Amino acid sequence: MNQSDFLKVVLPFKDKVFRLAKRLLVSTEEAEDATQELYFKLWKSKEKIADYQNVEAFAMTMTKNYCYDRLKSKQASNLTLAHSNYLEKDTALDKKVEHQDSVSLVHQLIEKLPDQQKIIIQLRDIEEYDLEEICKMVDMKPIAVRVALSRARKTIREELIKKHNYGIC
Amino acid sequence: MESVNIEKLIEKYLEGNTSLQEETILKNYFNKGIVAPNLQEYQPLFTYYVTAKNERYSKTIELSPKKIKRNYTWLSIAASIALLVSVFIGKQQYELYQQKQEAERLFAELSKGLRLISTNLKKGEQAVATLYTLENTVNKIVK
Repeated sequence: MNQSDFLKVVLPFKDKVFRLAKRLLVSTEEAEDATQELYFKLWKSKEKIADYQNVEAFAMTMTKNYCYDRLKSKQASNLTLAHSNYLEKDTALDKKVEHQDSVSLVHQLIEKLPDQQKIIIQLRDIEEYDLEEICKMVDMKPIAVRVALSRARKTIREELIKKHNYGIC
Repeated sequence: MESVNIEKLIEKYLEGNTSLQEETILKNYFNKGIVAPNLQEYQPLFTYYVTAKNERYSKTIELSPKKIKRNYTWLSIAASIALLVSVFIGKQQYELYQQKQEAERLFAELSKGLRLISTNLKKGEQAVATLYTLENTVNKIVK
């Protein structure tokens, strides 16, 4: 497997790796470093990659584990809780301003979830992987994934309704 | 009518039982704009999902690791040390070479001088030899 073959296989999901890393590590810089490091690791294990049927799932699992390690290690202890500067392309400007607060509210609500639920929400509701793939990535049974997903979604919903009723949205 | 369906889908969604297609329907509904008043609290959620997917990794990915970059610094240090050592040794070698040249020159001069002395000595010897023969013949004649 040479370099261009390798890049053809792994580059399409670099944004997904980055977004998952950012979901877990919070800061953009940390997530960028993590992505870089993960791609270097993938490159080192390129001989193995040729044998994998689903490189993307393998990469996502690696990302998850790597971020867990980072979170555990002391290096990550001085993480800043910098907030995101995500892009909104599709909404018109006035709407954008109107939604900005409530949308970043969702971001914060997801941030408060336990790590496992964060990952599952990220993989399902944002990256739109099917259940089978998620099970492989997080190494969980389908029922457990569904339960975690349901719990996370309900938690977010409850918080949203609370805020909505207070008239913050 | 549509909002009733959406409500049902949301129930299913919260239980974690929606398919990807059904979730796409939800996302489309909440991102199109007109949302039924009783569903408005869900709008930020589904707009967030769509916007969150737009975030990109903007840097280029390098396959050569940072570790190799650090090796370059070590390499440059090693190279400069090698340069210093080679200049130092080179100077020593050059001095040695110069001394050798000087010695050879001296040796050549010295041997030239000695050769001169030896040839001149030979001349003297020959002269003395003729003197001997002269003396011998003179002695023979005198006797």
